[in-house]
Amino acid sequence: MKHRTFMWFILPSATAMFLFIALPIVSVLTQSVFAPHEQVIREVENCTVFGCVASTTIDQDATRALREAEPMGRFVGTDIYGDRNHLALSEIGQVWANAGGIGDFFSRLLNLPFYAALAFTLTYTALVTPLSLVLGFVIALAVNTIPRFLRGPMIFFSLLPMIVTPLVGALILFWMVDARGILGAFMQWLMDDPSLSVKASTPLMWAMLIVYGIWSSAPFAFVVYYAGLQTVPQDTLESAMIDGASRWERIRYVIVPHLLPLTTFMALIKIMDNFRVFEPIVSFNASAHAQSLSYFIYSDLGGETRLLSSAAATSVLTILGVIVLLSPVLVRTWRNFGKGVA
Amino acid sequence: MTTRMADRRPVVLQLMLTGFLVLWLVVAAFPFLWTLWGSFKVEGDFFSKADWTRALTGPLTTVETGSAFTGAGYHGAWVQEEFWRAAMNSTIVVICVVCISLTFGTLGGYALSRSPYRYAFWLLIVALVFRAMPPITLVSGYLLPFFQWNLWGHLPTAIIVLVAINQPFTLWMLTSFFRNIPKDLDESAMVDGCSRFQAFRYVIIPVMWPGVITTGLFSFLLAYNDFAVTAMLLSKENQTMIPKIASFLGTTQVQGNVMFAVSSVISVTAPLFVLVMFFQRQIVSGLTAGAVKG
Repeated sequence: MKHRTFMWFILPSATAMFLFIALPIVSVLTQSVFAPHEQVIREVENCTVFGCVASTTIDQDATRALREAEPMGRFVGTDIYGDRNHLALSEIGQVWANAGGIGDFFSRLLNLPFYAALAFTLTYTALVTPLSLVLGFVIALAVNTIPRFLRGPMIFFSLLPMIVTPLVGALILFWMVDARGILGAFMQWLMDDPSLSVKASTPLMWAMLIVYGIWSSAPFAFVVYYAGLQTVPQDTLESAMIDGASRWERIRYVIVPHLLPLTTFMALIKIMDNFRVFEPIVSFNASAHAQSLSYFIYSDLGGETRLLSSAAATSVLTILGVIVLLSPVLVRTWRNFGKGVA
Repeated sequence: MTTRMADRRPVVLQLMLTGFLVLWLVVAAFPFLWTLWGSFKVEGDFFSKADWTRALTGPLTTVETGSAFTGAGYHGAWVQEEFWRAAMNSTIVVICVVCISLTFGTLGGYALSRSPYRYAFWLLIVALVFRAMPPITLVSGYLLPFFQWNLWGHLPTAIIVLVAINQPFTLWMLTSFFRNIPKDLDESAMVDGCSRFQAFRYVIIPVMWPGVITTGLFSFLLAYNDFAVTAMLLSKENQTMIPKIASFLGTTQVQGNVMFAVSSVISVTAPLFVLVMFFQRQIVSGLTAGAVKG
């Protein structure tokens, strides 16, 4: 295809991505190095018959004029990145100096909001991705053994947790595990503790969020693995059987290697999706116990005071995190491309 | 082959597999049934501290409304809180996003699949990086400019933003579908005197419908399910359904109404249920399209 024709075909799509993905990244970068103007303080002398008293007032007009003249705010460089709500460099120094042992250091580190959010996001990604893949694989193996006419309905019901809106799916689960819901009551009965409540316990909240993550992403793994199972070469399986491979060995040495490329593909997609975990925290009302990076940005942006600079700095750090996570893939693509395997 | 292997499967293993599948079926589907049933009760029954079976029988619902089932949650959400307005906004947003995404995406995806040059490949890699970025990070980039240019709060703004966020995924999916269509098809059309666009329009698009429909389904899901963009970029009058549900939940300042949220959750899930019923085959093929080829 000629360069010119290519350009015309790609133009609408490229323009949309440039305007609303590339430029916002630039916007986030610039916003993160500017802070809102402080209010202009003016000193006035109030003179009465008893003498003069100096007092300070906020000059509303001057403040507004300044904010309108420079809407970006004042340039603060990397100050926002270093403050307590982000990388908290000076706080880390203090914690490091005062901490008794490495465990104490980490537990104090997790009191800093950014590191708490990062810790949850990474834990969530690291647990949900492999567990949902494993669950999906087992479901796919099991569905592959049932009679053909049952498979359609099985796939239909399995798709539901994935297709449903994340916010809605998480709400449905949350209402069930609520202390007054059916699963909540069951858990109280199981643990014999009538005061047990997911809302009040940090470990339970983390566990529930991870359970939701697995519930909602296992169907994807299931469907892809199920499709992959249909393409397993039957003669390889048969020769494995003739060679005396047990059921387990056939799975381990024939099926799993065959599905390995699918696994890398899905792991990539799922890592990207899990790293942005956001809606379940809104649904579970979990912000007191668990925050993710996305939720951290959301809570800065929402509310009465929109902390745009703070949100922008977190966004930049999040984007850097995404690039770090993707870097193995990018590097591999780069190398493959050098070999001419595009 | 499969049946022969199935015959030889030990009974214990078969029982375990069946038990596992039944368990998964319950885990996957039961929450929806439970919430559907509960949406016709009053709050005291669906969230009962005393006894969970009340959600099944609904004694308080009978006391309060005179019948074991009540549509009060639905009435409150749809009429009193004007959920219908949010539903209308959602419909507009979703239809526009799907149409525009597909138009942009088929053009771009076709070009990417037919270009032998390096930049086409790198464009796809850039799209992959864009696809990986959490939408909320972009939203924090939009807010300040949108406030300044008075773009904030309007439906068209949210639509174009969702289209852009959708593009990387749409491009990837359509490119992989287009690669399955032999190049000879459009090349022979061009030998016969078609321009590139005519070849695309009259030869490729007619055989592309399955791929376009599948991609459209995923665009639909992305726009319909979105919370981050619509919650932050739309004003209260223009809210779509998902942020509206979130507003029913209440905050520390505002008292929410949980039963309104329960009934609107069911209202939002119902169309998705129908969608999966009719398009199960396309959804499955879409999920596996990128994967099976790697």
